Amino acid sequence: MKIIVAVKQVPARDSQLRIAASGQWIEEADLAYEINEPDAYALEAGLRLKEKHGGEVIALCAGPERAGQIIREALAKGADRAIHIVEDTTALDPLACARLLAAAVKSESPDLVLTGLQSEDLGLGQTGVILAELLGLPHSTIVVEVEAREGAIRVKRELEGGWFQYVEMPLPALVAVQSGIGKLRYATLMGIKKAKSKEVRRVTAASLGLAPAAPSVVLERVYLPERTKRTQLFEGDPQQAAAQLVEKLRFEARVI
Amino acid sequence: MSVLVVLEQRSGQWHRMSFETLAAAQQIARELATTVSAAVLGHDISLLANELAATELETVYAFEHELLKEYTPDAYTMALEAHIDLFSPELVLFPHTYQVRDFLPQLATRLDRVAVTDVISHRIENGALTLVRQLFQGKVNADVRFSGDGPHFASLQAGAYRADRVAKGAAPVEVMRPSLEPANIRTRPFEPLRESQRTVDLGAAELIVSVGRGIKEADNIPLIEKLAAALGAELAASRPICDAGWLPMERQVGSSGQTVAPKMYMAIGISGAIQHLVGMKGARTVVAINKDADAPIFELADYGIVGDLFQIVPALIEALKKA
Repeated sequence: MKIIVAVKQVPARDSQLRIAASGQWIEEADLAYEINEPDAYALEAGLRLKEKHGGEVIALCAGPERAGQIIREALAKGADRAIHIVEDTTALDPLACARLLAAAVKSESPDLVLTGLQSEDLGLGQTGVILAELLGLPHSTIVVEVEAREGAIRVKRELEGGWFQYVEMPLPALVAVQSGIGKLRYATLMGIKKAKSKEVRRVTAASLGLAPAAPSVVLERVYLPERTKRTQLFEGDPQQAAAQLVEKLRFEARVI
Repeated sequence: MSVLVVLEQRSGQWHRMSFETLAAAQQIARELATTVSAAVLGHDISLLANELAATELETVYAFEHELLKEYTPDAYTMALEAHIDLFSPELVLFPHTYQVRDFLPQLATRLDRVAVTDVISHRIENGALTLVRQLFQGKVNADVRFSGDGPHFASLQAGAYRADRVAKGAAPVEVMRPSLEPANIRTRPFEPLRESQRTVDLGAAELIVSVGRGIKEADNIPLIEKLAAALGAELAASRPICDAGWLPMERQVGSSGQTVAPKMYMAIGISGAIQHLVGMKGARTVVAINKDADAPIFELADYGIVGDLFQIVPALIEALKKA
């Protein structure tokens, strides 16, 4: 089974975000980055399928040079090779981003494409489905289980409010994976060593024959949300803050 | 130039977000000085269509087809694509449900458009629509606008608009019979199912102590259990804690878990991603304990302590013993 896993590099989860002077994006200079968590789960799902059915896992990533970090991580965890589309995708809308990914994987003719459900920076949750449409593949999203069958897959989708649903579709297909599909593995020392000799194919929008298109959705301004609720904050040492909170919960909110 | 709002039902029951989105669509259409129509897709949905006919709409489109009985992204996309091609609405609005997330990007791509998903509010200036959505798990807001010609697509976040603002009226129902063939539907859905019966009913709990990523390790969970015991509260968690297997799934609060409305909800080490907030924003009193003063959970919190939970929680247990 030839599996492609699309991964994105995003600012680390506990980053202190500041708005850039342009007001159109966040200040990137002192940010740390990591693999988008849902994508880490997509990779995990891909590696498990390969362990069970054999084949190949290819990590696919569109991002600037710094994204090499998560590509190495994917290779160290067990991906066989990688494709790095060396482009800054920050200003791209998800259709433009999916066009890059589609152009890079078309010649690979994968059996299965896996993506995370959504990115933790933009949170649009669209790139996977758009990629499926551009590649002419059936898709399913918010998937918590993937089971490969002869020429088909059966996935378990999460619905809302504790409901689930099984869906079957023929391969090739695309599946957008929900976080938590299986416990994430760590890269082993051996894996990290091996990763160094694995192939990373580097391409660009130009080498893929894609001309920049005007975005059809424009991000005009980013800003920190205004607080609408007044939170009573207790500060000082933990004992003091805790005592104040208990006092308020008993005599003001009267909930305990 | 008109607005189309696509509402969601399953087995003849409205999705609870449908009427929020209808109210939003009516409001936006009014502000844009245009009309709004609604679409609902399914099989044997005349009752639902009649219910919509009692609201202020230009037309109610009821998409009737055997192949719309069970949702599939292909059938929904094909039915709506043909309709939008024919009627050319300028703006098409959806509730941001799991189902919409599954097919809206496909539909928009077919029409060579990009949808704006998970919108929390809007503004109209000089007839131009600006949508507000959240980035970085709710830590940053963004103003977004469409460029180029319609149709434009957007989905609206749960709770962003109020369902009780739906304007009443009278609208004609038009039954649409989309041309769908089984051969064009590539996915085969099975009956939805619920996991094993729940043993914990968080929905009935008066006090809830909920724990998130800030707890760092499974070995630290007993600290929160102790606090819950001291308060006489039920223990709950955000998704990552249940994903990691540190607490059972049935204790998960949020869009994929339980929805709760206790007298008090104490969120410990939970930053407050929207998927979590939609599950607990009905709580009467919200307490947040978090090391990040900018965490979105403080948006909802009545009381908060910014600091290290490993110092604060033991102090809190002590203070409760004294009280």
